[in-house]
Amino acid sequence: MEFALSADQRMLQESVDRTLARACPLQRIRKLPADKSVAKDVWAALAELGIAGILIPEAHGGSGLTLLDAALVSEMLGRHVAPAPFAATAVVAPLALLHAGSPAQQTEWLPKLASGKTLAGIAISERIAGARDGAGVTASNGKLDGKALFVIAAGAPLCVVADRDGGLHLVHTASPGVTHIPLETIDVTRPPGELQFDNVEAEPLNSGDARAAFAKIRDAGWTMLAADTLGASQRMIEKAVEYAKERQQFGRVIGSFQAVKHLCAEMAAELEPCRALVWYAAHAFDAIPAEAALTAAHAKAHTSEIGRFVARTATEVHGGIGFTDLLGLHYWFKRIGLNRQLLGGPDRVRHLAAQMQGFAA
Amino acid sequence: MNLAYSVEYEAFRAEVRDFLERYRGDWPRGYAGGRPNAEMLRWQRLLLEYGYAARTIPQEYGGYGAEPDALKSRIIAEEFTRAGAPGGLAGQGISMLVPTLLEVGSEEQKRRYIPPTLRGEMIWCQGYSEPGAGSDLANLQTRGVEQGGDFVINGQKIWTSTAQLADMMFCLVRTESERARHQGISYILIPMSTPGIEVRPLKTMTGASEFNEVFFTDVRVPVENVVGGRGAGWSVANATLKHERGMLGDPNAAETRLKAIIDLMQEETVDGARLMDNPVFRDQLMRLQGRVLAMKFHGLRLLTAAANGEETGLARLIVKLEGCELNHQLAAFAIDVLGELGVLYGDSPHLRAKGAWQRMYMFDLGLIIGGGTAQIQKNIIAERGLGLPREPKVAVG
Repeated sequence: MEFALSADQRMLQESVDRTLARACPLQRIRKLPADKSVAKDVWAALAELGIAGILIPEAHGGSGLTLLDAALVSEMLGRHVAPAPFAATAVVAPLALLHAGSPAQQTEWLPKLASGKTLAGIAISERIAGARDGAGVTASNGKLDGKALFVIAAGAPLCVVADRDGGLHLVHTASPGVTHIPLETIDVTRPPGELQFDNVEAEPLNSGDARAAFAKIRDAGWTMLAADTLGASQRMIEKAVEYAKERQQFGRVIGSFQAVKHLCAEMAAELEPCRALVWYAAHAFDAIPAEAALTAAHAKAHTSEIGRFVARTATEVHGGIGFTDLLGLHYWFKRIGLNRQLLGGPDRVRHLAAQMQGFAA
Repeated sequence: MNLAYSVEYEAFRAEVRDFLERYRGDWPRGYAGGRPNAEMLRWQRLLLEYGYAARTIPQEYGGYGAEPDALKSRIIAEEFTRAGAPGGLAGQGISMLVPTLLEVGSEEQKRRYIPPTLRGEMIWCQGYSEPGAGSDLANLQTRGVEQGGDFVINGQKIWTSTAQLADMMFCLVRTESERARHQGISYILIPMSTPGIEVRPLKTMTGASEFNEVFFTDVRVPVENVVGGRGAGWSVANATLKHERGMLGDPNAAETRLKAIIDLMQEETVDGARLMDNPVFRDQLMRLQGRVLAMKFHGLRLLTAAANGEETGLARLIVKLEGCELNHQLAAFAIDVLGELGVLYGDSPHLRAKGAWQRMYMFDLGLIIGGGTAQIQKNIIAERGLGLPREPKVAVG
């Protein structure tokens, strides 16, 4: 019985932490979204560490690690508000190929994804979060029509697309009939997009159980977003505590006032159990299949709720300066805000959690 | 990360199961709390013999003398719960006084007090809080003045659970009135039969008297009943409080409550519709389930750290605050889904769960306040966990 990170996992997390501190310090984050070199450099640095192939089996050029390892990377990405297509390219797309792709598709695409040279997006939101503004993709005779919103890493050359009927497809976004419309959100670090499909040629990913495959990629996506929020929230608490130790008012550091101190304590007390929840969901994904879906759902929903509380509270601890652009605190605030809604807001995810247990129709 | 227990531990689990099965006839079914009766005392002796109580207490003091092993302790707790078997006695004597004596007691004190305490023959109560010394415990005013080899003690304690049936009290008394307030306190063991002690039950909002007030009028106790040296009581008590805070906020309680609420929402109806089919209730249930799971897994993290002898810092400091609050929220939610039925109490017709949800909702508020209030917990988390500075001292008077 050992519910703890291994020495290797701690090393992995520290090395990603150091790499991101070098590749995307706040002064570079401030250049987003105009400066495209930031995201390129971050991805190159991560690929150098083998992060692009973290879940891809060694036979296909990856390192064959677990979803928990991926969650630790995702946590660090949130911590550094790093612009990287990690959740889509290194987690969900490879898992879609592993669980629904044919051996030929795996052999063709997994090594390319593992090297970090090919990026892949994911257009799976409608199946989880529900369809808005008439979104939804229909597949017939191997052609896709319709549109997908909130596509993660939508600018990537490849995209895993979920259709209305439960099927998954691999699309080359340069194919005729595909239109990519960037969506501007609060978070400049990971702009999602809209993909429109007009009679687009697609490769079906239809080996194996489609339902099970979709559940796997949904659970993995939820867990990555939860881990990202965990890392971003942790950093916001640290910033609030650092600030409360320095900032003086009434002749004292504000962290000595209980009104401020208790806000910090509440944030830490609420976030700490989220860490165990994210670890467990990620571990269950590989090791305890019966508990994987429910714990992933709760990791996503609960961490989103706590993330929102931390984001606003840490900002408040900073007082007026937290509300300005000067400290850049808002990058974390907005990161947490986007994570909350992607692949379903907490209410939606809790409804799905109730369905999984037979509590809701 | 590996949630399976190794072969050694699974073998240990099998031993515990065998024990519970073999001695099923000895389970103390007639014991309902209070002073242990004959069958409870027999059961306790059996548990001591097999190491399912006082497992790590050295044999010379009546314990089993096993090496500390957080996983084995956990397995024992799990198997007793699973079987529905009564566990060993767990009063304040066993959970708080015994660890304290082991840490700082004299050899004579250990030999005299630990064995009968473990056997359930000597019941203890804790004399810490006073009307004027709650969160500010060091402000306590119960005084002991030395007179011919005895302390003569005068004052009052409050929130003293089990005082009405206790044989002994471990008590904080101001014995060195000339010293600074933290240095003037001694930790004294007081026989409750000493003349001058009066115990009055303290009725609480639940309607029961879970606590007492204890009054001392010229109570004489030998000076050698001090534990850890005169004036060292504050640090001795802090060692004990550490054991208490670990006890409160049990995540298993939250899981049990959640399961009961799920059953309730599937069985009870309003206007013929199941409570579970109310989307607002269902969403609140899912919110609570997320919290219960997070605390459960947080407990696994702490268990692993304990098994590996690692310091957990912040992770441990939050347990009392978060755990007690969660239990309270679960009871509050159960009351809400029951609606008007949720306020029934006592022996009322239509009563659900014997009124347990209201009783827990109220009693949990006591737990949120007791053992260091939620606000004190936040100070501890902020100061010890996050390194924020203490409130500057204000000159008194």
